[in-house]
Amino acid sequence: MTRWSWHRLVLWSTLLLFAVFFLTPLYVMVATSLKDMAQVRNGHLLSLPTDPTLASWAKAWGTACTGIDCGGLKPFFLNSVAMVLPAVVVSTSIGAVNGYVLSKWRFRGSETLFAMLLFGVFMPMQVVLLPMSQVLGWLGLASSIWGLILVHIIAGLPSTTLFFRNYYVAVPDELVKAATIDGAGFWQIFWRIVLPLSTPIMMVTLIWQFTNIWNDFLYGVVFSGADSKPVTVGLNNLANTSSSVKEYNVDMAAALIAGLPTLIVYVLAGKYFVRGLTAGAVKG
Amino acid sequence: MKRILPLSLIAIACGAAQAGELEVLHWWTSGGEAKAAAALKASMQAKGHTWKDFAVAGGGGDAAMTVLKSRVVSGNAPAAAQIKGPSLQEWAQEGVLANLDGVAKAEKWDALLPKVVSDVMKYKGSYIAVPVNVHRVNWLWANPAAFSKAGAKVPATWDEFFVAAEALKKAGITPIAHGGQNWQDFTTFEAVALGVGGADFYKKALVQLDPASVSSPTMEKVLTTFKRVKGYTDKNSPGRDWNLATAMVIKGEAGMQIMGDWAKGEFLAAGKVPGKDFVCVAAPGTAKAYTFNVDSFAMFKLKNDANTKAQNDLAAAIMGPEFQEVFNLNKGSIPVRLGMKMDKFDDCAKLSSKDFVDDAKSGTLVPSIAHGMAVPSATEGAIKDVVSQFWNDDKMDAKAAMSKLAAAAKTK
Amino acid sequence: MHQKGWLPKLVVAPSFVVGLAFIYGLMAWNGYLSVSASRLLPNYEFVGLEQYLRLWESERFRVALTNMAIFGGLFIGGAMAIGMLLAVLLDQKIRAEGVLRTVYLYPMALSFIVTGTAWKWILNPGLGLEATMHRWGWDSFSFEWLIDPDRAIYCIVIAGIWQSAGFVMALFLAGLRGIDDSIIKAAQMDGASLPRIYWRIVLPSLRPVVFSTLMIVSHLAIKSFDLVVALTAGGPGFSTDLPATFMYAMSFSRGQIGQGAAAATVMLAMIAAIVVPYLYSELRTKK
Repeated sequence: MTRWSWHRLVLWSTLLLFAVFFLTPLYVMVATSLKDMAQVRNGHLLSLPTDPTLASWAKAWGTACTGIDCGGLKPFFLNSVAMVLPAVVVSTSIGAVNGYVLSKWRFRGSETLFAMLLFGVFMPMQVVLLPMSQVLGWLGLASSIWGLILVHIIAGLPSTTLFFRNYYVAVPDELVKAATIDGAGFWQIFWRIVLPLSTPIMMVTLIWQFTNIWNDFLYGVVFSGADSKPVTVGLNNLANTSSSVKEYNVDMAAALIAGLPTLIVYVLAGKYFVRGLTAGAVKG
Repeated sequence: MKRILPLSLIAIACGAAQAGELEVLHWWTSGGEAKAAAALKASMQAKGHTWKDFAVAGGGGDAAMTVLKSRVVSGNAPAAAQIKGPSLQEWAQEGVLANLDGVAKAEKWDALLPKVVSDVMKYKGSYIAVPVNVHRVNWLWANPAAFSKAGAKVPATWDEFFVAAEALKKAGITPIAHGGQNWQDFTTFEAVALGVGGADFYKKALVQLDPASVSSPTMEKVLTTFKRVKGYTDKNSPGRDWNLATAMVIKGEAGMQIMGDWAKGEFLAAGKVPGKDFVCVAAPGTAKAYTFNVDSFAMFKLKNDANTKAQNDLAAAIMGPEFQEVFNLNKGSIPVRLGMKMDKFDDCAKLSSKDFVDDAKSGTLVPSIAHGMAVPSATEGAIKDVVSQFWNDDKMDAKAAMSKLAAAAKTK
Repeated sequence: MHQKGWLPKLVVAPSFVVGLAFIYGLMAWNGYLSVSASRLLPNYEFVGLEQYLRLWESERFRVALTNMAIFGGLFIGGAMAIGMLLAVLLDQKIRAEGVLRTVYLYPMALSFIVTGTAWKWILNPGLGLEATMHRWGWDSFSFEWLIDPDRAIYCIVIAGIWQSAGFVMALFLAGLRGIDDSIIKAAQMDGASLPRIYWRIVLPSLRPVVFSTLMIVSHLAIKSFDLVVALTAGGPGFSTDLPATFMYAMSFSRGQIGQGAAAATVMLAMIAAIVVPYLYSELRTKK
């Protein structure tokens, strides 16, 4: 299979060059997080740590100051977990049902409604902030983790609906027709036939939603309360000090801690992601 | 039975009214600041109140302001928020701030604050905010070793500045360390304006935004001098954070930096001794003037009485001598409360404190525009845009900058 | 499958009602703010087109719009092109495909704040790439785009493409894998060369994939607010300002909510002008 030819050489060099381009920032971040401040100040960006230490990581997790409290990223991390899980599960589920209806139970105007929903993907986040605050205030959900979860669910509807609809369009209509003739109802077809076929797209949507919601800063800082701030807010507080010595190694370690869950998801589940896309998230 | 019930209710109410909850929005997240603010939390807890910390770092308060607006719009304002300068009046105009006159009278704030400062804390004559500290912005920090290496003298006027800069440049040392960010550009600009034009010009042109002063020959001279400084900065300055610029001076790679007194914290953290390893002098031409930046907390109207009482306790504690001393020792600024003993503070702080009082009396105590003390945020932003643009664009001349400045000054 | 039943409609109704109210309600609210006198907080006094007039006169906004065109075009074009290239390359049965694919894809997992901070270092002439090259002896190497007002926007493009090209690659790879092998084999037997096969057969059949990918990449382009804030904070000066950062600065830092709303409306109008016809044509042909 691997014939060594001019073709392959060019192919491999290109791929490796891109790999270096993609990996350099990660290397910089990891290397810096393992150095001590003297090395950071005196060495340069790409130098290897001469005396690697996990001290910055420990500090970023447990003792760095993020305000008056100096408890590191741990509390924020746990808040993020508590916030992301419901938001991801609910928005994915609603997207699945919506996609099911839009592809298999089309009614007059459903395509137009879908297109209108899709436009929501382009709305800049900042527009949402003030009016949504007002609405959450009316609902009594302001400054709470539930308000934040609600906003993420609503904001995620266009994307999750898009993914599932596109996927289900490729599921043969005959399956559904046959089931209807057999007497199955709306929900039964969903549970028994459509859902079992959905694993690839489920993976895609869950990964996509998880990444977006976990990494979000703006909604997290505006809609959460004092006790429910997500890890992105904690990271921002830790890394952005206005009048003091910047500890770059701790900052980088904190950034890596904050990014670890999504990184792990991508590394482990990356192949399911591609498999899911192959199975039709983007066709039709 | 009928008589006992109301009495017991009153008793319960009195007891419950003691402990309030204080949600405080701020952006003091670094080591020194956090320690300073923790002192305040401790004193509140000693009074039996609960402190809910709401820290939002970044950009000198940008993200915090966003959150604050959303919270106010949702009807759920925090008890106190770190707001300063004319923004206080803007917020008060919206009718959401609480009146602190009760505490102010009891604690005699009018006597303990210079009028320039207390005016900023008031809206239509009533106190709506409490000041925490005073930062002096017009400092010049210099590395004596670098100066002696170049055979230069630490400048006291702008002419001397350029002489020293040339000498430093010849010795291969970056004359002035600068960070190319909006507010840093303006910190340098206002120091030039104050040094070249004097306190009266500064007040007329930059604080009152008098059109004649903004478009005057003095302004043109200020702009030209300002642009000249750029030639003595290094080419890597755009985007550089202020503390990295300070690091250049600490290491001797640069000779000087024009920056507020928080730069002192960097020197001290690096183990440098004031007077020996670094010197603090007033920015060229401004020895008799003082540009101030006062951090303050605005109090929001709350529905719960217990929380309102806690708010008043907070305000009183902030202006109290214990807090003023502990906080400012940790933060690098000086107490805003007049008449404090400065024994524990270092020489730069002592000089700052003395000049603060003297300049208040002589009318040369001026607010810093770079730090949001002088004009409304919209105008401030527009003016900063012009100055930064002028700094960065080599093709723009002083006259063009001046006309843009005049237009920006009209922003509402 | 058409169903006259009410159940399907009922099932999607809540999320559609909420979703559409959210999207269009907010746009309408924003539109109203743009013709109001709002400054620090929303204020419902009507002032006509005053905010738009002031916006028109704002030099900073014009820079922001230009940047949106440059950044949008280059980022979307670049990410699509590089993503497609990588997908085609990886499709060539490489042994290390799994590893390489993860390497290209992982940047997507990181938040823009993290990415912006890392790239800010790397692109800084004094601290990053240029300094390292100098240390290694290559003194004449210069890469000063980040501090050049005219070039800084391209740095944002680079960092943005770095973040998103891998994701585009994954989407295209999936699309490529979905193409029937027999068509390709037939073309090969007919004597067509590999590049020609890609150009004539493979790429055209990827049209639906291109549609979805374009939607997602455009969505990312608009979300690049975080990236700009972390990488250049809109600087030097305001040369890398984008309408999203302009709007944020006006609304939240400068107490000019009316201006911010006007900027947002202009932004939305421009996006709509491009997206709506595209959506219409693509969804039409689907039927």
